[in-house]
Amino acid sequence: MGMTMTQKILAAHAGLESVKPGQLIMSDVDMVLGNDITSPVAVNEFKKLGISKVFDKEKIAIVPDHFCPNKDIKSAEQVKYIREFSKEMGIVNFFEVGQMGIEHALLPEKGLVVAGDVVIGADSHTCTYGALGAFSTGVGSTDMACGMATGKAWFKVPEAIRFELRGKPARWVSGKDIILHIIGMIGVDGALYKSMEFTGSGLSSLSIDDRFTMANMAIEAGGKNGIFEVDEKTIEYIREHSDKSFKVYEADADAEYTETHIIELDKIKPTVSFPHLPDNTRVEGKFGDVRIDQVVIGSCTNGRMEDMRMAAEILKGRKVHPDVRCIIIPATQKIWRQAMNEGLFDIFIESGAAISTPTCGPCLGGHMGILAKGERAVATTNRNFVGRMGHPGSEVYLASPYVAAASAVTGRVSSPAELEEV
Amino acid sequence: MIARGKAIKYGNNVDTDVIIPARYLNSSDPAELAAHCMEDIDAGFREKVEPGDIIVAARNFGCGSSREHAPIAIKASGISCVVAKTFARIFYRNSINTGLPILECEELYDETDEGDRLEIDFDSGEIRNITKGKVFGTQPFPGFMQEIIENDGLVGYIKNQMK
Repeated sequence: MGMTMTQKILAAHAGLESVKPGQLIMSDVDMVLGNDITSPVAVNEFKKLGISKVFDKEKIAIVPDHFCPNKDIKSAEQVKYIREFSKEMGIVNFFEVGQMGIEHALLPEKGLVVAGDVVIGADSHTCTYGALGAFSTGVGSTDMACGMATGKAWFKVPEAIRFELRGKPARWVSGKDIILHIIGMIGVDGALYKSMEFTGSGLSSLSIDDRFTMANMAIEAGGKNGIFEVDEKTIEYIREHSDKSFKVYEADADAEYTETHIIELDKIKPTVSFPHLPDNTRVEGKFGDVRIDQVVIGSCTNGRMEDMRMAAEILKGRKVHPDVRCIIIPATQKIWRQAMNEGLFDIFIESGAAISTPTCGPCLGGHMGILAKGERAVATTNRNFVGRMGHPGSEVYLASPYVAAASAVTGRVSSPAELEEV
Repeated sequence: MIARGKAIKYGNNVDTDVIIPARYLNSSDPAELAAHCMEDIDAGFREKVEPGDIIVAARNFGCGSSREHAPIAIKASGISCVVAKTFARIFYRNSINTGLPILECEELYDETDEGDRLEIDFDSGEIRNITKGKVFGTQPFPGFMQEIIENDGLVGYIKNQMK
């Protein structure tokens, strides 16, 4: 029986010629990741192992990004704890405020993840790196601790769902709309325990940033990982960002999939996930009249350069609605500087939007944009669970940067096309 | 090992943001986390939970974030086991890795009311609803996971391996 991309990467890292779905394996990992929320718990567990060294100082990344810059004393204590641990262990990739960015935007940008890698991260959106043809998946703090100690992780080899992309997205449609469409179609547990493998002729119309956004949200369909077939764009991205050697794994022609979905990209419309689950999707024309109080454009899902450009394209020459706070968060220092140099900050500030230093902040209701009871936000983030961005009585609507920026202008959940009609 | 307690019921897609809201993640202290467990989905949880109680849920329990604080908060609340139709995968491995017993059972949810007395025999994998007088089977863990559980989680398992 043939293997999927994911199964091939896992077999190679477990030292096996082949693997089958359901098989339990011990795999080598190429990178172990943690943030300021999950790493303190991992360090506690690591200390219980009673060893004095990590398996490889260069293959661990610790990125304090969630409650950073430190939002309160307890957060500062947590970061201090992992900073001291990183120093003691000589961990090379500890990113302090000033170097720090949102982890899943930062690692690929720094060239720390490439095609063919196995990456575990104590953060559920670690699945983002599948955009580059890596197997990457979210784990817990204990997995992170044991990964730091041994360079290994246990996995149950997943089955896979194949998404064959065809055509080209329409105007105002980006990777976010495509992945929300897919989650709406298969549900928040539609890919439970499985890989989501993206392939097909439509791939060539998707930028690497589109792919990061899509792979990032595989977890919102319950997926173990999301992975894209590697093409010229992927290789170009990796060569531009990394010196690491990489390996391209292709699915066998006779690989087995539990389902195959054909996704006609040109038929996808701007899509929004209404509260309180990512699969509660509605398309342009069916948003109704939902007044909003806040817009957040950023996060590991949509805080990259193209996202900034999409927001600017809409906000240029327009004003944020007087009832709306619009917060824009470039995901890394590099993106921040580039957006500034391209003049996007002038556009944002002129429109009445605020620009923040990189942080996960509001996405998980941490800081930098918390919602009061009854408030509603359109956000380019990834989860709209009860209380996700603040008070349990607040609401989050998930959308693309185009839709989020358009909504900031109109003061209600809106598609960009509505602005053109005016 | 046998777990005994009353059933506390939740539906589909109980996410880790309601199990332990992110605003409390500036601490990793189990007692502090337990003090806020489930508060955004069930404000009465803290009052009704007693040592040994069993959470019974439907599909995709524990979806969302990878925060290990979620199983830690549940365990520190005194919950002896979570039984769901299905679990989100990171929550599933976090529970095994940290020694919170969890079981997948398709039927229990539909046949159990909040407050029913339950008894779980982990050796046989049998779940009894004493109130209703019904017995349900579950799939035993594969050997490798059983070993992790027997070592009280992954850290114990790895420690043993390194000896």
